[in-house]
Order: sequence, then C-alpha cells, then structure tokens
Amino acid sequence: MLRYALQRFLSLILSLAVSSLVIFLVIEVAPGDPASYMLGINAQPETVAALRAELGLDVPKIERYFAWVGGMLTGDFGLSYTYRTPVAEMIADRLWVSLPLAIYALALSTLIAFPAGVYAASRRGRTGDIAVIGATQLGVAVPNFWFAMMLVLVFAINLRWFSAGGFPGWDAGFFGAMKALTLPAISLALPQAAILTRVMRSSLLDILGEDFLRTARAKGLTERQALWSHALRNALIPVLTIIGLQFSFLLAGGIIIEQVFFLPGLGRLVFQSITQRDLIVVESVVMLLVFSVILVNFLVDLAYAAVDPRLRSR
Amino acid sequence: MNLLTIRDLNLSIHGAPILRDVSLNVAPGEIVAVTGESGSGKTLTALSVTRLLPRGTDLSGTVQLGETDIVGASDAELCGVRGSDVGMVFQEPMTALNPVRTIGDQVAETVLVHSNASRAEAMEEARRILERVGLPSDRFPLSLYPHELSGGQRQRVVIAIAIILRPKLLIADEPTTALDVTIQAQILDLLRELVREFGMGLMIITHDLAVVANLADRIYVMRSGEVVEHGETDHLLANHKHPYTRILFEASRHQVHLPPRPAPSPLLEVRGVARRYKLPKTRLFAPAAEVEAVRDVSFTLERGERLGLVGESGCGKSTLTRAILGLEEVQGGEIMLGGEPVFTDHNPNLAVRRRMQVVFQDPFGSFNPRHRVDRLITEPYYLLDDPPKGAGRAEAIAESLTAVGLSPDDGRRYIHEFSGGQRQRIAIARALIIKPELILFDEAVSALDVSVRAQILELLADLCRTYALSYLFISHDLSVVRSVTDRTLVMEAGRIVESGPTAEVFDNPQHPYTKRLIASVPRIPDLQIMREVSPNA
Repeated sequence: MLRYALQRFLSLILSLAVSSLVIFLVIEVAPGDPASYMLGINAQPETVAALRAELGLDVPKIERYFAWVGGMLTGDFGLSYTYRTPVAEMIADRLWVSLPLAIYALALSTLIAFPAGVYAASRRGRTGDIAVIGATQLGVAVPNFWFAMMLVLVFAINLRWFSAGGFPGWDAGFFGAMKALTLPAISLALPQAAILTRVMRSSLLDILGEDFLRTARAKGLTERQALWSHALRNALIPVLTIIGLQFSFLLAGGIIIEQVFFLPGLGRLVFQSITQRDLIVVESVVMLLVFSVILVNFLVDLAYAAVDPRLRSR
Repeated sequence: MNLLTIRDLNLSIHGAPILRDVSLNVAPGEIVAVTGESGSGKTLTALSVTRLLPRGTDLSGTVQLGETDIVGASDAELCGVRGSDVGMVFQEPMTALNPVRTIGDQVAETVLVHSNASRAEAMEEARRILERVGLPSDRFPLSLYPHELSGGQRQRVVIAIAIILRPKLLIADEPTTALDVTIQAQILDLLRELVREFGMGLMIITHDLAVVANLADRIYVMRSGEVVEHGETDHLLANHKHPYTRILFEASRHQVHLPPRPAPSPLLEVRGVARRYKLPKTRLFAPAAEVEAVRDVSFTLERGERLGLVGESGCGKSTLTRAILGLEEVQGGEIMLGGEPVFTDHNPNLAVRRRMQVVFQDPFGSFNPRHRVDRLITEPYYLLDDPPKGAGRAEAIAESLTAVGLSPDDGRRYIHEFSGGQRQRIAIARALIIKPELILFDEAVSALDVSVRAQILELLADLCRTYALSYLFISHDLSVVRSVTDRTLVMEAGRIVESGPTAEVFDNPQHPYTKRLIASVPRIPDLQIMREVSPNA
C-alpha cells in the first residue's frame, strides 16, 4: 500500500513538472505581446521595450520559466500585468469563493446521486427505476444556467428565501456565505448528480450480475444485504473516477453560473485575464487548475486502493 | 425418508417452459448426479432447490427440502434455508468470491447471517473449516483476498462457505469444469470425503459423464428440460435404455479413425524457443522481473502429421501457439515453417503467415457479429496478394462451407443464427479457405457439448482424408487429444517434458508429470466389463 502511494505521489510530481513546462511554452508561443497590447497600437517602440523590461519579458525564456516555477513554489506568482497587484492575492480571493462552491456542489451531487443510484439499481425495470432514469435524462439534458435562472426565479424572486446573486464574503459569517452559495451550488450539482446517478446505477447493475452476488445470496443474505455488503464497494471504482473528474470541472467550469449569480470566482478571473492578455494571471490560474486536477487524481488513486485490494498489492 | 424431493417440477421463464415434470430425490449421505448437455435444464433444476432463479421465473410442483416446502416458502424462510440447510458451490471459482473482501470474512459471513455468534467466534469457525477443506491458516491466512489464490484454492473457499454450517444438502453446479484435471481430481476427492464425514446429501450437476461415473450413487440424465432416464450409476452405465443416454455415453468416449499419414518431411520446426515476459515493475529503478513462459522448446511437426500439445492452464501452451502464429516475437530460438522463419527482422513474415491458420476455443467470441458468414470466412484473404474475386471467391466460399458440412447458402447468414457447434464449423471453414499447410487448433472443442464435440472431431478426421491436413491440436482435454492426434507433446511450466506417439504416451507415460496428468483424468468404466460384472445385465 505504501509503495503504491509513493508511486502515485512520484507520478504526481512528474505530471506537475511536465504540465508546468507545457503551460509555459503554450502561453509564451501564443501570438500577442502583452506589453504592446497594454500600450495600444500607437505606442512608441521605446515605450513598449521599457514596459517589456519592467514586466520581465526581455530575459531569456528558460530563465523566466524557472523564475515562474520558483516563484510559485514560494507562493509568489508575480504581479498582474493589468492591475499591478500580486497574482497570488487575486487568485486567493477568488479561490475562497470557487473552492467552497465546488466542494459544496460536489457534496450535494454525491448526496443526491448515491441514494438515487442505489435505489434505481435495486428496483431495476420497475416504476421507481424508470422515474429516476427519466429525472437523470432531464438533468443531463437541461443546461445548468437554465436551472440557475429557474432557481433564482422561484427562490429569490418569488419566495425571497435567497438573494438573487452576489457574494457577501466570508466576513459576513459562515452561514451568510454558504447561503449565498446555495443556489449556485444546486444549479452546478444537479447535472452532475444526474450523471453520477447513472454511473452509480449502471455500475451497481453490472456488479449485481456478478457470480459473487449469487454466492452471497446462496449464503442466505437477503437481496438488500447482498447489495449493501457485497455490491456497493465493488461498484465504487467507476463512481470515484467520475467524482474526481467532476471536481476539477466544478472548480473552474462554473463560469456561466458565476456570471448568473455575480460571483467573483476563478472562472470569471480567467475569462477577464484572457481578454486582457494578462498572461501571468492566465498561466497561474491554469497551473493552479492543473495542480488541482492532478491532486484530485492522486486522491482518487488512493481511494481506489482503499476500495480494491487488488490495486494495493501492485 | 428423502432429504430432497422434487416432484413434477415445472418451470417457465417469461412464459417459455423450461423444465417439464422433473422429479428427482436425494437421500441423506447420497451422491446424486444430474447430467445432460447445455440447455438441458440441469442448472435451473439445481437453482430451484434454493429458488435463486432469474427474474420472471414461474415455478410449480413440489420441492420439499426436509421440512420446508420450497415452492411455497416466503423470502424470509428461503433466506433461512440458504446457507444453513443447503450449501451451493458454483462453476466459476474465479468470479464466485467478492474480490474486495478477505476469504475469512466471506466464509465467516455464512455463520454471522444465520446465528448470533460474535465476529471472533465466526472467524474461528471459518479458520477451522478452511483448514478442513485444505487451506490451513498458517499458509493461507484468513486475511488473504481471493486474487491471491489459485482457481482450485478459490473453489476450496467456496466449498468452505457452503459447508461451514453443516448443511443437509450440498448442491455443486459444475464444480470442477473450470479447473485443470489434477485439481479436478483433488476437488472431487474433497467433496466425496465431506459427504461421508458430514452425512450430507450431494447433488452434483455436471456435463462430464466420466466425473459422474466415478462419483455418483445415482444419475439423472436430462434433456430439453426433462429427466429422460435415471438409475443407480452402475446399472445405468451398463443398461441405459434411453437413446439419448446412449448418444451421450457414446459421444463422450468417441474415438475417430484418422487416415494413415504420409512419409515424414518436416513442415513446422520449432528450435530452442524461449518466450519471456517482463512483469510490471515493483521498484522504480530496479530492472523489471521476467517470467519465462516458454523455455527451450523444440519439436518438429511433419507434413501430414496430427500433433497434440497437452498441459494444464498456465503451462505455456497458448504462448507457444501465439509464437508459432507469428503474433508475438520470441526471445530465443527459431520457428520455421517449410524452412522459412515466421519472424524476420522483428516483423512477422507474411509469406509464412499465410500458410497457417488457427481455430480458437470460443465459438461465440471469435467472430465479428456484424459481418455475414461469407465475409467472415474470407478474412484470411487479407493475407493473400491476389485474393480470388467474383465467381472464384463464391466458389471458394461454397467449397469450404460444404467441406465443413454446411450449405453454401449459409454464407448469407449472420453468425448469431448459428449454434456453438456450427460456429466452430464456420471457424474451421475460415481456416480452410486459403488451403493452409498447417492449422492450429487452440482448445477448439473445449467449449462444446460432448455430442457436438464428437461431430466436430469426426469432421476433423474427414478433413484429414480430403485435404491431408497437418495440424497442431492444443488442448487440456487429454481424451480428445488421444483421439485426434498421431503424436503428443506434454508441456509443464514452459517445457516439453515428454513426447512420443500418442498411444504410447497415454498407455505408458514416462515422465512423472504425464503420469499424474493421465491418472487424474476421470474415466467412464468400460461398458463391456460393466455388463459382465453387473448382476442386472
């Protein structure tokens, strides 16, 4: 188990190194010089050169790469080209919105999907199953921003239970902040829950057809006991994979939802930075997202091993 | 007093009748075999005893197990009976155990479900019973997971699960079909001992008449959902009345007559072949460990010779087959067909490759279901530079389908329209269509029922007469190899340990492994002798 964990950790470090290089190269070779973009098309070449020097764009690429990576390792992400404020601070502010939102949405989708998937699988082909399948069909098909607008319409405008958007900040208290994140989290969670329910159901159904379930029933276990004590854990592997993928998506993929609810999240930051050619911010956020994906994959790998002894002995 | 009485059992699935008026009984301490070919309803009969039946099943008649009326029992009553009064052992030990729970846990669960025993007590009981079935806890700790055990060991765990509560009846559904012969012999011995020791009744379901003949007190023969004949084993072996029983017995001892083979001239030469695999790395910087699947194998297959290759699973038979076919490169030695190497400069040699064909085991998995038979059997044409087209192609299709006993019209049909035996004929037609010099049969009849198997073997003998075939027949089934080969190679752990004329190897084995292998094969007692000794004859 320890060796497996170490191996996965080593692969995490390697992936990070490779992806930082790729991100740096891709963004650096992309056309468009931030300095001339910031100064406009009529700028004098000397002014552009001066700004390039100020931004540190004139040193060789390889040095800039190491400066960038070294900075990130010490928490110094550099200064935003546009706002002249530390990128680390900008990202941290946004992360305080996006990260709780992603975790909140993931928790909701898991809480909905597990019982729904288990329920549907245990009543395969019966009314309950068909109802769940129908609901997930809808959940997958309807875009999340539409859910978001409907939620605003019902719970903010008509019932006035929640505000229609904005984020008061964590200074407003834990519950105040969570309340502001509730509608966005639900709209993000519903489509994810629909997908997860389907994965849970089909994975369970696969396992329910396995020979060892028959062995369990032959021991005298009821259908329900066999499902809980033999099928569930075996069905988790594909479900964990999807959960891992969903988390990475939720962290930055919520840009439309952030727009609908006026949330100062990471998605918005990336969007703004791209339009403003604020390369250093884009680089840093992308790197952060890559890091989160790799980290989540690492955690998912560890979870696999916890679930399946066959992986541990490798 | 019977332990199990089944009377006039009728079973239908979604309205389609499957079992008709099945009657059967098992007394305490008795071993009763239910035999028949696939689809005869023997497994469903067994499952009816615990009512672990597929959805949509309708059951009527009487199934009386001790005091319990199974047909009328509630779900709760059935859960009380399963595991406690009836234990079940299934065919496939590789998948019968939950891969994510320890063996101790899974064995103890039977106790925990049916009693108020503490977990520690249940584990102690599990340890004792695992020891009894041959898995002592000093070598096989309870904390092992199923993937750490071999097939035979897993089947022992499944047996432990089934008998831990000393059930009155043990149902074993093809318990040894997936196992090698030597392991099969051990498992059958174990079952026999347990029946004697615990006074259990044993209902064993098997298609293998030789297993039945050596184990059972009484035999029921089933066909298309009905019991066609039953009786004491000795009596039934000597005096079976029903024509189907006769067909079954004759098919399982079926011997074909091969035509004499031409004068020897080497066709396939395998010289000092070694095939090594790298195992997954366990340490990052250490070199990966290697496993030698085939070591220093040499033999020659003469033109017109029918050569057999036998050995247990994992001995390297299939690896060697792939190497001969040029599907994988070897790490040592050389393989030549008609004097030309099958591999040149790390690439398979197409000129040689087109002179060989192969027939695989699984008649269901080895065809693309979306293509018609005519397209399927002309697949080897990809190997030719100038394959026949138009009328020539149609003629070739018709010829090879006719050669394997099908009609040329079958070429327009899809593969799912054919039975297992017919599919295997189509696989042979596919191999024949480019008139190969050598055909490899890799377990080609292992998945077939005895009567179908007999027909396919007969077809092989016919084809030998018409086409002067040379083939390498790879099988774990010794009786089949004995029937259709001139010479036999015995393989153990990657090496050829014995070779010689088939009759000699079988009648007078020299190597200890060959002796053990041959001694493990269950045999149907000779009917002639049976008739003489049987008082009923």
